[in-house]
Amino acid sequence: MTEAVIHLHPPGRLAALVGNPNAGKTALFNRLTGSNQKVANYAGVTIERKEGKLALPSGKTVRVLDLPGTYSLHPRSPDERITCDVLQGTARGEKRPDLVVCVVDATNLRRSLRLVLGIKRMGLPCVVALNMADLAESRGMRLDPDALASELGVPVVSTVAVQGDGDAALRALLERPEIWQPTTTLMPVPQPPGDELPDHERVRQILERLGLDMVAPHLASDRIDRVVLHPVIGPVLLAVLLFLVFQAVFAWAEAPKGWIESATAWLGNQVGALLPEGYLRSFITDGLIAGVGGVIVFLPQVLILFFFILVLEESGYLPRAAFLLDRIMGGVGLSGRSFIPLLSSFACAIPGIMATRTIANPRDRLVTIMIAPMMTCSARLPVYALLIGAFIPNRKLAGFELQGLVLFALYLAGILGSLAVAWILKRTTARGLVRPLMMELPTYHWPHLRSVALGLWQRAEIFMRRVGTIILVLTIALWFLASFPTPPEGATRPAIEYSIAGMLGHGLSLLLAPIGFNWQISIALVPGLAAREVAVSALGTVYALSATGEGTAEALSPIIAHSWSLATALSLLAWYVFAPQCMATLATVKRETGGWKWALVMAGYLFALAYLASFVTYRVALALGWG
Amino acid sequence: MRRDTFSTPELPPSSAPSRLSLDGVPLGQPFVVHRVLTDPRAPERARQLEEIGFNPGEQVMVMTRGIPGGDPLVVRVGQSTFALRGAEAACIQVEGTGGRAA
Repeated sequence: MTEAVIHLHPPGRLAALVGNPNAGKTALFNRLTGSNQKVANYAGVTIERKEGKLALPSGKTVRVLDLPGTYSLHPRSPDERITCDVLQGTARGEKRPDLVVCVVDATNLRRSLRLVLGIKRMGLPCVVALNMADLAESRGMRLDPDALASELGVPVVSTVAVQGDGDAALRALLERPEIWQPTTTLMPVPQPPGDELPDHERVRQILERLGLDMVAPHLASDRIDRVVLHPVIGPVLLAVLLFLVFQAVFAWAEAPKGWIESATAWLGNQVGALLPEGYLRSFITDGLIAGVGGVIVFLPQVLILFFFILVLEESGYLPRAAFLLDRIMGGVGLSGRSFIPLLSSFACAIPGIMATRTIANPRDRLVTIMIAPMMTCSARLPVYALLIGAFIPNRKLAGFELQGLVLFALYLAGILGSLAVAWILKRTTARGLVRPLMMELPTYHWPHLRSVALGLWQRAEIFMRRVGTIILVLTIALWFLASFPTPPEGATRPAIEYSIAGMLGHGLSLLLAPIGFNWQISIALVPGLAAREVAVSALGTVYALSATGEGTAEALSPIIAHSWSLATALSLLAWYVFAPQCMATLATVKRETGGWKWALVMAGYLFALAYLASFVTYRVALALGWG
Repeated sequence: MRRDTFSTPELPPSSAPSRLSLDGVPLGQPFVVHRVLTDPRAPERARQLEEIGFNPGEQVMVMTRGIPGGDPLVVRVGQSTFALRGAEAACIQVEGTGGRAA
């Protein structure tokens, strides 16, 4: 029997996890597949597609797909549509799953079971994982998976996704060949007493028969909400929290940054000593090590910021923050729903723009996409950190790090700029629309170390992959452009001024001189178009090559502190608040909006804003005598 | 289109005195959903509210209100908590628990 089934279902069997948002679906997915995950996009849309391999105790493997959470099979946003399309087998390039695992929040059966009934009607083999079973029982609910199974007509197991062996019952269930059979179900489907009843009525009757129809109060969560959602304390708490996050990004990263810098310098010296004087040595030490090392230095800060975002997300605080900000966002024509994509954009605009798919209103979604790049992403941190480190004295002001305060001000400038743009768009495009909110505030829980660690690991991997690919390639390309052609005999100025990059930079600096940029900055901005942080490695390479003596990444900060005016540094900071210097973001916008139009509009208006902001900053700074 | 469609969700004159719309009830008091009205300006809304749990007979309670202006609201429905806009809550007709409270 088992043999026959294996023949009928080759090893590529696909199980899809489906459930309401906040049902612990992703935690269960992580538990089932461990770090054995592949994160990609669905064909044609930038909705994150997570697939993993689950090794069953018998040695067989199952492909597991983590579908976006949905409340119903009537999609109301692009990511819910993906879930419905995959289940119907109409998603492009996607196999219809062989089995659906309905992940059900055991503490919220009423809503979850409606989705189960809907999925069952789609005719796919289906099992139910009663997740958060421990939490439900601690609230006094007596769960009986077998009784629920005979009510629903599908197999039911209890799971606790956040516990070591909490998925054992589900793994054992997935071993049973009969649950994968498309035509037969494990148990005879009992004819429900009133098949014509609406689903919510059937669910109510099921829960009544199982004695699960009482409504338990959420005491702990409600106590926290009395503070967090308080009209006065709530917003103050949010502001303090965000401020502390940005302080921590600077303060905590200090030590690891130092280690990476010394390691880079040590490596440069070691390799430099081994190689003979010449192009190869210059290429390895000035091009590769100085360039790439100058970017890796910022990995600690990127990870600290992501750590806070992941913890806030896991704990359930983020939707509360969105609730608190709904009125302010409403003032500029957006809803609180835009807050989560915008907050994600502080880490990187790409996941932020992808997260706008949860915004049902198309106008709001487009406006959120257009302003997302103004949120200070982690790729700007290297540039900010370099300039702040070089130009802002390291001292305390009213008990706070002055450098941290300046960083906070830069973040604020991006936020205010985005609010202004949204406000202008509200005046011109929003016509008294009432936009839906209907946002769930999940019960609070402690963030799980495992999920946070897994999330951080994935971010670190993405960052390092960028360093290893696009940043590496551009750094090498820039080294070539900056080294050739070689200076003529008897040249007096640094070699780079005679190179292609030098000529390009001089040309561009005609355009950028009014905002205070010298030719070195102008060169660095060109590869910085591909990815913002490349500008730092590019500056490292440009200055390393223009230095007459030895120059490495660790020496970049004193060099620019010595050779730039404060007005130039402030102008470059202002430029970076607005400039859309990231091809990947523009490509994402193109894909998300279905054409180049909005990507080009975004690039145009952000460059204009950046030039304007830098011009004003530079002129004001000159007037203040900081030139 | 259902017959009980109103241009603005208001109490029909024949409704019982205890019947209110959810955006106007006091904080922290349990009510029971009577029905969800369709707002022609947002025809999808009624179905969406039902999908997230606002079904007749379900227990609801307004937990807190946003400032300024009391909009949006935080509403407990069954075991879930949702932030709703005032216009959304206005579509939900509720009545006193009348001893049906669990």
